[in-house]
Amino acid sequence: MNAVTIAVDLAYLLAAAGFVVALHLMNSPATARQGSRLSWLGMIVAVAAALTSVIHGATITTTGWIVLSVGGIGGAAAGLVMARRVTMTDVPQVVSIFNAVGGGAAALVAAGDFVRLAGGPGISSRVMIATVLDIIVGPVTFSGSLIAAGKLQGWVSSRPVVFPGARLITATLTVIGVGAGCYLLAGHDSTPVLILVVCAALAFGVTMTMPIGGADMPVVIALLNSFTGIAVAIAGFVIDNGALIIGGALVGASGGILTLLMAQAMNRSVISVMLGGFGTGDSGPAAGPAAAGAGASIRRISAEDAAIQLAYASKVIIVPGYGLAAAQAQHEAAELAALLQQHATVFFAIHPVAGRMPGHMNVLLAEANVPYTDLKEMDAANPEFPTADVALVVGANDVTNPAARRPGNPVSGMPILNVDQAKNVIVIKRSMGHGYAGIDNELYTDPKTGMFFSDAKSGLAEIIASVKALVAR
Amino acid sequence: MTTGLMSDIYIFVLAILAGYEVITKVPSTLHTPLMSASNAIHGIVIIGAVVTASQARTDAGYVLAFVAAFFAGMNVAGGYGLTDRMLQMFRKRPAPPAHGGPEELS
Repeated sequence: MNAVTIAVDLAYLLAAAGFVVALHLMNSPATARQGSRLSWLGMIVAVAAALTSVIHGATITTTGWIVLSVGGIGGAAAGLVMARRVTMTDVPQVVSIFNAVGGGAAALVAAGDFVRLAGGPGISSRVMIATVLDIIVGPVTFSGSLIAAGKLQGWVSSRPVVFPGARLITATLTVIGVGAGCYLLAGHDSTPVLILVVCAALAFGVTMTMPIGGADMPVVIALLNSFTGIAVAIAGFVIDNGALIIGGALVGASGGILTLLMAQAMNRSVISVMLGGFGTGDSGPAAGPAAAGAGASIRRISAEDAAIQLAYASKVIIVPGYGLAAAQAQHEAAELAALLQQHATVFFAIHPVAGRMPGHMNVLLAEANVPYTDLKEMDAANPEFPTADVALVVGANDVTNPAARRPGNPVSGMPILNVDQAKNVIVIKRSMGHGYAGIDNELYTDPKTGMFFSDAKSGLAEIIASVKALVAR
Repeated sequence: MTTGLMSDIYIFVLAILAGYEVITKVPSTLHTPLMSASNAIHGIVIIGAVVTASQARTDAGYVLAFVAAFFAGMNVAGGYGLTDRMLQMFRKRPAPPAHGGPEELS
């Protein structure tokens, strides 16, 4: 061990410590940005260390330099453009694509190591085990994340795509992948077999993600995020690099926690999400307001009625849901909140699964200039409902259904926002269509609930206009 | 750089536990930026791409290194770019514009 090697290893340690502290700083919106910068510094230190090590070792060829710099800089430019251009509504797709490339890169690193050593004096079993794991997990993450991104973007149907024999195909791919992987593990360093494993894993990622419905995307993105982290950590085992192991493990843990939190908040098990065939994320707009008259009695109100209630309230809680995100009505919601704040206490109560990825609604509202102090998590918001004069529900359904407190129905046990405890409730919704749990929302038939049938965006705009008219009077 | 398998496993397990500790404290308000930040952190795979490129000697090796470098570069730069862009949107309430006591509605 010479001085340079020691310095490089210490730099990796520094970077890894920076990542941990950076994630720690994410525990408050006030320090999160510092955290992100610290993490960025850690990354720069790590990359500088890697380059120093390569230069010092003098093993890299000129072609290697060209390949590395052109590839790295080209990729970075593409990534930056995507990060700059993406709208906040489309963030889930881009996060998914970054998951894909991260997992893909990890698999390529493992494959590169394999190709270099294949036909040589034999690959040590520890490297071989890690390599086989990586060329399975990496490609599954890659293709799975691309399909998830496609579903979010609307290029791939967000409906659960299930066809006869799909399970059989998945099972066959598993057998091929595992069988070929074992062949490699048995000490046969055959490149064609490696390619076979990669192809089976890629196809598996597709068949795994296709049957999953749009509404389950928050769970899926979190899970794929976790997979990517694991793939990167395994790549760290392949090339024996602590920085990769730590970075990957942190992400694996983060993705894993978010997966469980999301599944819990949706009242689903991770297994049932992955088995798919459920949850289209579309609350049946075809039903139309006409269907409303059929069921239990509901009270329909107009924008003016809603505006009067809101204008005279001293405490208003706004509950945004998927419908608000889908209609891109976050700016109207923010405008209404700011307007009401001139005379009342107003804040947003945000359910963990509101939006299309974990915490997505908060970003949408932050973009619309809602200060983060007005964004309350479910646990902080729930005690506030009994003292609220009006709870305004915009495009949220199952997460407000009081039936969740009773056993024996599809939403039983699901954590909900206690909207029904508010003194008055206004619901803006396109129709009486069901949420993806497929049951009636008892909140809507509550006598103190007024239903305002409208698209979230235009509905909020009408209410804003009416409130302004009232205030002006 | 040879740390040995056992210490690699130690590092892996302890890092997962450290990650668990810090991440359970992140409020759900920040879950999207958290995911994006962790996304950026797994861009550390770029070091793997550097190592791959430094060892490549064949055409296949160069191709693999190129794609790995491209993917990893995209992952790192995009991840940090997006995280920072989102986090700068999380602002405190701007100093109240001299709450002029809007006359009560009546």
